[in-house]
Amino acid sequence: MILLSHMDRVFRVGEEEVYALKDVNLSLQSGEYVAVMGPSGSGKSTLLNILGLLDRPTNGTYQLENENTTSLSDEDQALVRRNKIGFVFQFFHLIPRLTAAENVELPLILAGIDPKERKNRVTEALAVLGLKDRAKHRPDQLSGGQRQRVAIARATIMRPSMILADEPTGNLDRHSGGDVIEILENLNKSGISLVIVTHDPALGERARRNIIMTDGRIISDKTRDPAP
Amino acid sequence: MKIKNTFIFSIQALSGYPARTLLVLLAMSMGVASVMLLTSLGEGAKRYVNREFTSLGTHILFVLPGRSETTGGPPPMLGQTPRDLTLEDALSLTRNPSIGKVAPIVVGSAPVSWNGKDREVTILGTTADMFEIRQLAMGQGRFLPVQDPSRGSGVAVIGNKIKKEIFGNRSALGEWIRIQDRRFQVIGVLEKKGQSLGLDMSDLVIIPVASAQSLFNTSSLFRIMLEANNRNDVQAAKEAVLRTIKERHDNEDDITVITQDAILSTFDRILTALTFTVAGIAAISLAVAGILIMNVMLISVSQRKSEIGLLKAIGATGSQVLWVFLTEAAILSMIGAILGIFIAYSGMVVIMRLFPDFPVHIPAWSVAASVFTAQLTGILFGVLPARRAAALDPVLALSRR
Repeated sequence: MILLSHMDRVFRVGEEEVYALKDVNLSLQSGEYVAVMGPSGSGKSTLLNILGLLDRPTNGTYQLENENTTSLSDEDQALVRRNKIGFVFQFFHLIPRLTAAENVELPLILAGIDPKERKNRVTEALAVLGLKDRAKHRPDQLSGGQRQRVAIARATIMRPSMILADEPTGNLDRHSGGDVIEILENLNKSGISLVIVTHDPALGERARRNIIMTDGRIISDKTRDPAP
Repeated sequence: MKIKNTFIFSIQALSGYPARTLLVLLAMSMGVASVMLLTSLGEGAKRYVNREFTSLGTHILFVLPGRSETTGGPPPMLGQTPRDLTLEDALSLTRNPSIGKVAPIVVGSAPVSWNGKDREVTILGTTADMFEIRQLAMGQGRFLPVQDPSRGSGVAVIGNKIKKEIFGNRSALGEWIRIQDRRFQVIGVLEKKGQSLGLDMSDLVIIPVASAQSLFNTSSLFRIMLEANNRNDVQAAKEAVLRTIKERHDNEDDITVITQDAILSTFDRILTALTFTVAGIAAISLAVAGILIMNVMLISVSQRKSEIGLLKAIGATGSQVLWVFLTEAAILSMIGAILGIFIAYSGMVVIMRLFPDFPVHIPAWSVAASVFTAQLTGILFGVLPARRAAALDPVLALSRR
């Protein structure tokens, strides 16, 4: 479903060229659960940004659902992000002046969906994530775990085919971090592909497929047998 | 993203940063208000002059000695004519059918005394026709009697202010005052009337024209004021005056006739130019407000980087982000303009209280023009920050907390 071939991402730092990604080849099936690990600066966030169409590769191609996304215009890429990809960030990135419900509603507003349907979908999404009574709260009135759940509701409200999570538990305590991972894994079980970037080996253990990166290259890519 | 939602989102963003929003609104509203108030003063001046002139009646002509090419404005100070206007010139004009009333005018300054009180006063020598031409009104007594203009007589009509200063609360009628070395009996006091055409009608003494000529030892007139029969006769009267005086002055064009319309239109031109000038100066403050909007929006864009990055991550296109910020600028300038209109009208009420005689009026075009300019500058200066927001790299925008 996803095919990256001979992908480079080069940054220019002064005179020097720095390869954030170097000749990366990767294919992901839909519904896969992948953990990307590696030290800081290994290129795993860059990989995630390219998968999420937030960044463009310097060389190479990226095929998403049989469509070559590298040749798409910025506006078209935005539409792909809106409809097929959900982001979950370490720092939640909720808009502080909006309530939980309004934050979740944003992608629907951008897509120009009717207010009535928006309301129904937001209520449902919040209910699924146990945030029914937090709908009218603003982010600063929510705990970290609740904030991340709001962010997940926002990431899934457009029913994407893939969720990209960048250190989703990095800013949470152990307990709420566990909750968040469980929610993400349940989404994966319902058929959504899940790519998690993490430092945490314990988190990596839970994914069926582990990709380890160093210096912009994939040095290990292992898929465990499905759990019985 | 529908327009309504963009609008709501922008409003939420603006109310999320109240201090910044209020600052911009203040600047914008002040700009709009100053454009409107300054044009209202210009417009008021125009109306004031208009009112002053039309209060004299609309078909008045002035005859001045000397030739001048001007179409209006004050009489020439230099270029004295070789031939003065005389009382006979004035009287010859009365025979013309298009001319109704003729008032020769002699002006001078002389000491006026009564009962030991002494004061230098402007003396106006004229005839009974002056009363109607200038539309004067009597407070007490009567105006100069109708009589042969070439004969003087010892009667005087005094202005309201002179009466108060010399006679106080006592009755002035029938009293004898001394002007220079001659005695005049006060037969009337003018009603209190303000300044008119630069001459303070309450601060003068009016005597028959022949008496004034002998008082100032002159045979010439300062000018002749005359009234055409009606508005349509003004041009005919002007030509008649020029023709008659030319005949009397050995075929020489040595007078100037100014019609009231000419003076009015000159004033009108000057004051219109003035109004536009002040409005232009005030418009600079609108531009300043626009620049402030730009700066504040730029700060807003850099402070809301992560928000913009997020919007892009969840699928906002560059043009959607652009519209969000443009809408914010537009809302700011619109509300600022509305506040400005409110401030301008309150300011107008204050001015009207302070100067009840001055007809301040905010012309409709200035409301429209200032609101339009406010919108234009707001949006124009909003484009740069909005484009910057739209072009923001989401990876960089999201990488920071």
